[in-house]
Amino acid sequence: MTTLAVSPLARPRLPRWAPAVVAVGAIAVAGLLALLLGWGPVATLIVAGVLYVVVLPAWSRLLEGSRAAADRLMTNLVWGSFVVVCVPLLWLIIMVVRKGAPEITGHFLSTSMRNVVGPMPGGILHALEGTVVVTLAATLIAVPLGLMTAIYLIEYGRGSRLARVITFLVDVMTGIPSIVAGLFALALLVLFFGPAFRAGIGGAIALALLMTPTVVRSAEEMLRLVPNDLREASYALGVAKWRTIVRVVMPTALGGIVTGVVLAISRVIGETAPLLVTAGYNDSMNGNLFSGRMTTLPVFIYNQYKTPGAVPLGAHATDPPGYARAWGAALVLIVIVMILNLIARIIGKIFAPKTGR
Amino acid sequence: MAKSIDVSDLDIYYGDFKAVEGVTMTIKAKSVTAFIGPSGCGKSTFLRSLNRMHEVIPGARVEGKVTVDGQSLYDPSVDPVEVRRRIGMVFQRPNPFPTMSIYENVLAGNRLNSRRLPKSEADAIVEKSLRGANLWNEVKDRLSRPGMGLSGGQQQRLCIARAIAVQPDVLLMDEPCSALDPISTAAIEDLIHELKSDYTIVIVTHNMQQAARVSDDTGFFNLKAAGQPGHLVEFNPTKAMFTNPTNEATEAYISGRFG
Repeated sequence: MTTLAVSPLARPRLPRWAPAVVAVGAIAVAGLLALLLGWGPVATLIVAGVLYVVVLPAWSRLLEGSRAAADRLMTNLVWGSFVVVCVPLLWLIIMVVRKGAPEITGHFLSTSMRNVVGPMPGGILHALEGTVVVTLAATLIAVPLGLMTAIYLIEYGRGSRLARVITFLVDVMTGIPSIVAGLFALALLVLFFGPAFRAGIGGAIALALLMTPTVVRSAEEMLRLVPNDLREASYALGVAKWRTIVRVVMPTALGGIVTGVVLAISRVIGETAPLLVTAGYNDSMNGNLFSGRMTTLPVFIYNQYKTPGAVPLGAHATDPPGYARAWGAALVLIVIVMILNLIARIIGKIFAPKTGR
Repeated sequence: MAKSIDVSDLDIYYGDFKAVEGVTMTIKAKSVTAFIGPSGCGKSTFLRSLNRMHEVIPGARVEGKVTVDGQSLYDPSVDPVEVRRRIGMVFQRPNPFPTMSIYENVLAGNRLNSRRLPKSEADAIVEKSLRGANLWNEVKDRLSRPGMGLSGGQQQRLCIARAIAVQPDVLLMDEPCSALDPISTAAIEDLIHELKSDYTIVIVTHNMQQAARVSDDTGFFNLKAAGQPGHLVEFNPTKAMFTNPTNEATEAYISGRFG
């Protein structure tokens, strides 16, 4: 009888403390090199990271075999990429908070830039108002449009030629550069109201154009996830199709749909270019969507950076006053987007179908 | 009020594909009628054509006649939504509405049709339907909990309660026990026995013992060959069918010599 070479079930394993030892070693080696060659802290950290990612699998290969080594290598790479991705995000947040936080005062949040010259304290209230009004209007246009398109695609037009054409067009729309959307909205308004017309509604149209495909896509995915069983159960109770859609399908998908809508809002709330060409710039409060120029936060930031004013003579500050306002507005914008994302998560949780026992 | 169903020479198509051919039968009121046969022979398709549910699938259509108490179901003037209100259906997999509580699930047929009900009447319907589905004692203390939180057998009985809450004339059941354990199956079979006194019940099953246990009449469907339309081989009282089938294929199927 021939004996097959049987690999043993038990193999040597790296001790639990191996990753920690390798990490300490990697940092020590990188630190030593840094001392000898005079590297900065960033270079040292990068070298330490690379050393760790390479050395641990190498050790593992010697002791544990190739499969375990590959496992450790891939684990290290995945975690490494995660860290690399997080660095710019954290950096950005720290930077904006550090530069913007000192600027956030009651005055900054409650006044406009009307009659503010040079280093006089100004505010962003007009830009906040503009952002809220324009984004809200864009949402009011885009959400019904997008939702109904998604409902048609999933519930009525499934597989038909028209549905395929619409899906294709929505895909194309997703790729429209935002400035093109802005120019389209401008051209549309100029056609009706003359060449000098600038108002918030133009910005809202442009943003709605950018939002609609996102809303269609996310709502479509969510509606597709609703099991057909539920539709049939509803039909079998003698419920008409549109009632089934409104009362059974939509509530089941609501959490996902709302999340998609809020994410679409937070995507367009930071748009600058289309608003610059359609809504223009304004230092004063303007809550009227249909007349007069309107400033939104991103446009405000852009403008403050473009025309920051002069550094006052004899002041200690080295940056012109507009820079600080731009950072402050940027911080406010980021906070708004974060709050929107939080709202999306909470709403998603609240409306998620309950399975609870 | 229970009603009888007359089917004559019914062909069912999905697009160009003929799924079921030439079915003629009479389903008696206040009785249980079971359909047996191998997978893909068109039992479920035929069942779904009895309340026009198969039309939900694009391209599905029928030729022939189905009449319920003299009213033709496929008359151009008949509203399929109204048909389904009269002829309820329970599906293979329990499918309570996940956004609704047990209470709301039972009332779904009324609420979704925007029928306004005073609270006392709604409570009465819920209790009556849940009692009718033998579920009341198990859930009466947690009516406001989600319907999805129940066990599979309870969910299926909840679906039956939901179906009888709209007081249909006929109850169609498409393999209602195939996803359930023997105890839940027994509970539902008992329930079918009880429901028989008020409703006309049509049940599709893969389990021949179940057909023998619960039904008064049995229809055996079969395929001539793969790709051919399914057809009704034999339709007889269950007792006769299982003791003394008239058709050789039926006997072979029932005694386990094929399928």
